[in-house]
Amino acid sequence: MGKYIKFFLVGIFFGIILVKSEAVSWYRIFEMFKFQSFHMYGIIGSAVVTGIFLLTLARVLKLKTTENSYIKVPLKERGFKRYIIGGSIFGLGWALAGACPGPMYILIGTGALSILIVIAAALLGTFVYGLLREKLPH
Amino acid sequence: MEYILQPWPWYISGPCIALVMFLLLYFGRTFGMSSNLRTLCTIGGAGKRAEFFNFNWRSQKWNLIVVLGAVLGGFIAHNFLSNPINIDLSQNTINDLEALGFNNAGQSLLPPELFSWDAVFSFKGFLILLMGGFLVGFGTRYAGGCTSGHGITGLSSLQLPSLIAIIGFFIGGLIMVHLIYPILF
Repeated sequence: MGKYIKFFLVGIFFGIILVKSEAVSWYRIFEMFKFQSFHMYGIIGSAVVTGIFLLTLARVLKLKTTENSYIKVPLKERGFKRYIIGGSIFGLGWALAGACPGPMYILIGTGALSILIVIAAALLGTFVYGLLREKLPH
Repeated sequence: MEYILQPWPWYISGPCIALVMFLLLYFGRTFGMSSNLRTLCTIGGAGKRAEFFNFNWRSQKWNLIVVLGAVLGGFIAHNFLSNPINIDLSQNTINDLEALGFNNAGQSLLPPELFSWDAVFSFKGFLILLMGGFLVGFGTRYAGGCTSGHGITGLSSLQLPSLIAIIGFFIGGLIMVHLIYPILF
């Protein structure tokens, strides 16, 4: 159990940020896709810039993980179709449900229990992808 | 304390999210929330129906723990760290939503027009949540990541596949909001 505490704490931190930043709000996602506010772009943009900085720092300083290997991000497979088609399908759902996977879980904590239907549907979607995987262009 | 109780500006929230990504890398893991959907399918026995779900889900236990923490974090932030104030949406957004039939935009996290129990138990409302969730679950696994995996982790490590996925996220999102919403609402 002890080795999982740190992940639990990171999760708590993540949940708090996403609520306090309003990124869990359906309204903010709608606003983003309407290009009517800088808010969400600011969040994602500053996260990416900070992320690039931290990863560069880790590489330059040769930082190691708690498991004693170098800090390294696993590479995504090369490809185009799966990213553009899968991404577009994800985008349709993101804009309709107003929540991506992280916020879905976090919204449970805010007491918005109807999000459980969205989560159940997302599980179904993942399951159907698993069934059709071999037949889809990747 | 007053600063904590107010909504956090993007330039605080964004770097904090990057910190979450970095902490998980530091612990030898990768930040990605949608992987948990696959893990939950596997726990539910989906491996009997599709090879994709045949993996040792215990290797992903840490990520489920992150999710549990996130739920608690959401509870704490919502109940103890927030003054009840409206989301400061742009006036254009509020007007556009009103034209679509969404009133009082920003007075709650989620629109009651979609997420109240009345809405959920109407045929149309239920279908909307069902479709939204399904597309997210299907699309994220097809694309191999979501906003956290591609958007934050992938872009931070300058990976081209993630950039393509993000472009896809926006193609889908823009089609939904600009072309499909006027038909749906």
